[in-house]
Amino acid sequence: MTSDQALPRYALELRGIEKSFGTNQVLKGVSLTLEAGQITALLGANGAGKSTLIKILAGAYDRGAGEILVGGDPVEITSPLSAAHAGVHTVHQRIDESIIPGLTVAENLLFEELARGELPVIGSLRGLLPKARAMAETLNLQWSDAKLMSDAFELGIADAQLLVLARAFVKAPKVLVLDEPTSTLSQAEAERLFGLVGQMRSQGVAILYVSHHLSEIQTLADKLVVLRDGLIKDRQSTPLDMGEAVRSMLGEAVAVEVEQTDRRRSNRLALELRGVQLLKRSAPLDLDLNYGEVTGVVGLLGAGKSELARGIFGVEPFRSGTIRFDGLPYAPRRAGDGVNRGIYLVPENRAAEAMLPGWSLAGTVSLPFLTKVSAGGVINRRSERSRAKKVIDEFSVVTTGPDQLVDALSGGNQQKVVVGRWMSGDPKVVLMDEPFRGVDIGARHDLSLKARDAAARGACVVVFSSDIEEIREVADRILVMVEGQIALDRTATEVDADAIMTSMSEVSR
Amino acid sequence: MTTNGTSLQAKPKPQKAPTPEEFTLWSKTRDGVVKYGFVAVTVLLFGYFALTQSAFATSDSLFAMLKYASVTAILGLGMTFSMVVGGMDMSIGSQAGLAVQLAAMTMVFYNMTGVTAGIIVVLGGVLVGLANAVLIVYFRIPDLLATLAMMFVIQGVKLIPVSGQSVSAGMVLPDGSVAPGRFTEGFLQIDRGMVGPVPLPVVIMLLLAVFTWFFLSRTRWGRLMYAVGANPQAARLSGVRVGFYRGLAYVLTSLLASVGGLILVSRIGQGDVNAGSSSLLEAVAVALVGTSVLGANKPNAWGTLLGALLISIVLTGMTMMGFQYYYQDTAKGLVLLVALVFSYTMSRKRVRFTPAT
Repeated sequence: MTSDQALPRYALELRGIEKSFGTNQVLKGVSLTLEAGQITALLGANGAGKSTLIKILAGAYDRGAGEILVGGDPVEITSPLSAAHAGVHTVHQRIDESIIPGLTVAENLLFEELARGELPVIGSLRGLLPKARAMAETLNLQWSDAKLMSDAFELGIADAQLLVLARAFVKAPKVLVLDEPTSTLSQAEAERLFGLVGQMRSQGVAILYVSHHLSEIQTLADKLVVLRDGLIKDRQSTPLDMGEAVRSMLGEAVAVEVEQTDRRRSNRLALELRGVQLLKRSAPLDLDLNYGEVTGVVGLLGAGKSELARGIFGVEPFRSGTIRFDGLPYAPRRAGDGVNRGIYLVPENRAAEAMLPGWSLAGTVSLPFLTKVSAGGVINRRSERSRAKKVIDEFSVVTTGPDQLVDALSGGNQQKVVVGRWMSGDPKVVLMDEPFRGVDIGARHDLSLKARDAAARGACVVVFSSDIEEIREVADRILVMVEGQIALDRTATEVDADAIMTSMSEVSR
Repeated sequence: MTTNGTSLQAKPKPQKAPTPEEFTLWSKTRDGVVKYGFVAVTVLLFGYFALTQSAFATSDSLFAMLKYASVTAILGLGMTFSMVVGGMDMSIGSQAGLAVQLAAMTMVFYNMTGVTAGIIVVLGGVLVGLANAVLIVYFRIPDLLATLAMMFVIQGVKLIPVSGQSVSAGMVLPDGSVAPGRFTEGFLQIDRGMVGPVPLPVVIMLLLAVFTWFFLSRTRWGRLMYAVGANPQAARLSGVRVGFYRGLAYVLTSLLASVGGLILVSRIGQGDVNAGSSSLLEAVAVALVGTSVLGANKPNAWGTLLGALLISIVLTGMTMMGFQYYYQDTAKGLVLLVALVFSYTMSRKRVRFTPAT
């Protein structure tokens, strides 16, 4: 710390930030410094206090105690507006809240100026174009005029993420907080985002980069801090030691190693897909999926992974083609068709597609299996609760019990409940679409093991992800999906990350 | 996510979390007010009226209040079903009015028995409910708009066969003849009958409340309806037939609306064309009071019943104090407003009315 004091001013300095909710103290005195023109990565497992810290910086929460200094001067951040005034800008995970649909991309880009009335009151959209174009060029976004003039709502998720970032940049922040900016992006899209982030760094912005992705941090960050139990546990400057960072993050728990030894293949056929068309413009696909093994499907966003999962489950039937399940024709038209046959889906977007706000853990667990916990239509609450308790025990869900509201659980524990409830229903096929998204490393490891357990007990488990390491950790068989086609199909032990990456990128060009 | 059409959804805006001191004091007070506010108000008002109005706390007046509450409560229970699936039935009042007229026409125009009238009313209710269900589930019209349109359709259509006249015994029909029938004695007993000391409508109200409670919180179907209301997409991906349960809720709403209408017509003894017109406001108000009462945070049977009792106490007390009928609507409107403030502004776990997806 003595060498730190020699430096004159930090772009941002936090001193002893504390925050409690009721009796639960989430932040116990966080002190950290950000320097201009540097990217500082913030790591932490779910529940470490990351989101709370971000929300304090964004002005969504009041801090309980401590000081915030920007450029050496104390500032009061009590609202999003005062945060902006202090030069601290936060880009949240939910980007759809930062984009205004109905306005063009150009208008969104220049929105701050529009809102401040710095642009002419009466002006054609075309009039904005040169300014927007110049800005897009400065940021090297490579957006055509047609794209700038289109409705922002029509942007793909990657371009939307870039737009949000560009808008943040327009505000000329001193400090930029990025919360999981790549969580919904594929590798190639993330690369573009890194370019933009790098550009901001070179312009002297101090960036706090929050992410679960170690590889990103390794390539991007100049410094690294680890938050655990409301305190900073590790500070590093380059060269960064990721093993050390993960150990600090998990505390006593042992860092997860990818075990490559016990991969096994099976040949007991579960599902036969023939002539299935996944995307609007993709050729038909033939695919066999087996019982007793974990199949990992890896591919970029939009490669057709979700379409494959949802088609087998029945919630969005395939455009064409046939499925045979256990050798018999199977043509699901709705989710219930899958559920009734023991084919289950863990959906991609947990909050929107799996969580019931205000519902108890027990209710969430039993929802698909109400017939099994009821007699003559009347629910037997005891068997409902015991079903939930089983899931809590088997998945070590951190909870006060079956009656706790799911809203109160952390992301990782919510996902354990979602996965656990399907595993409790004698699964034949479990389709897991991005099951590790927004889940900390400990929970991810637990969920991986459970997926492998289910396969060992005979189920056909299919994990869909755009993260190569996640797939290599969990899968026996790896499929690379490109534009609705299988580009690579190997046993996990036969293929390394490079080969997968090559396969993912080669065909898509 | 596509959200088509209207929504009463309270946007989950980022709330400023209270500091520890605020947490213990203000938010606890607020939670307490939300949880027990309506119960407290009901008890206090009851006490106030009982002390100031000598006629208020007599057994006659108590049963009269319960009797008055019965129609409101039954319609409120009906509204509870559609609110459970995340919607609202704006046609509930006109449906009760339709029941009034169908019963009157059956007996007065066609000289049939009260039992026949009851059957026709219930069938008519189920048909309207099915129509609402088809509009909402199959045609994907947002529920508020679909049922609003249905309300206007019913109000208009029911005037046609009676040329806009109220139906009463001995009236002159459009063709010049005199109506042959009248309300049967048995039919009038729906409202006037007693079970021991308890008026029959009160018994019916209690039975329907027990039914609604049991159905919603103890059976699979009720649970699935709550799931549809909480997050239709999550329900669908759990294998729930979302459309079926949403539709079923509207049919049940209509069924209860027609039962409420039967009691109403038995009470007024004629086919008043304006009957039921104020029922929408009352039904919405009591179901919303029920949602915020006792920390349930979801529409529920006992809360709705309590809401109906509250409104009944307020109106009875006001009448005894000599307030004119036009003050009553103001009082009902205020109760509705307060219920909305409780549900949307003060509750930390906001009530969500999710639009159809």
